[in-house]
Amino acid sequence: MTYLQIALIYIAIALLLDFVILKTYVLKLKLFWLSYSIVLFFQFLTNGVLTGFLIVTYNPEILIGSGEYLTNRPPLIGDGRLFFAPMEDVLFGFSMIVFTISLWVYFGRRGIQKEPVSGPPPKWWPKGGWYGTK
Amino acid sequence: MGQFSYLGVLLFIFLATFLLEVVLKARVWQKFRRLFLTIVPVVLAMTLWDWYAIINDHWYFNDVLTSGLIIFNFLPIEELLFFIFVPIASLLTFEAVRSIKKESVPGEKL
Repeated sequence: MTYLQIALIYIAIALLLDFVILKTYVLKLKLFWLSYSIVLFFQFLTNGVLTGFLIVTYNPEILIGSGEYLTNRPPLIGDGRLFFAPMEDVLFGFSMIVFTISLWVYFGRRGIQKEPVSGPPPKWWPKGGWYGTK
Repeated sequence: MGQFSYLGVLLFIFLATFLLEVVLKARVWQKFRRLFLTIVPVVLAMTLWDWYAIINDHWYFNDVLTSGLIIFNFLPIEELLFFIFVPIASLLTFEAVRSIKKESVPGEKL
């Protein structure tokens, strides 16, 4: 199987977990997508280090991209790469995060250490957020 | 020093997100039992993928830039730590955003 094929299977399992098995519906939450966009930014940053410095390298046969970058730095963007990392890594990370948030919400809902909930933020945190209120 | 490269990235992820536990009161580490129950299945699922990918030569780990500590004969210790600390980082982000937005998850009171 290719990286993309396995990733799609994992995405399908993640969707099944969230919508059918645990019925947590985290993918319908604005809160999830806001958190995910922050996580994705840091994924590009840290994964860029792992792949750009060749700490992790990939067999080109299983990637969307065609080039071999086992000893030389992959392109920042292009040839199936996104911030040095294979594009498929986005799906890898996404499935892992959906698994995590879904299970977390599930156990909370089952009453396992539901309290105390997060926050509130410290006093110096601006009331309407950093960008003001709507 | 090179062998600590991957570990260094993980340390950055841990430290940067641990701030959210303290500063924004994300309260993820505090709920250790719930955290443990959440992380174990994630580690198992992601290790299964990693196992398949490693034995089928999907990806490789740099000998010079990793510690070289391998567990169960296939899994670099860094990968195991990645599957523990990255999900925790995402939970801290989720709960920190929740703390700021004062939003609740359906079925869970805030």
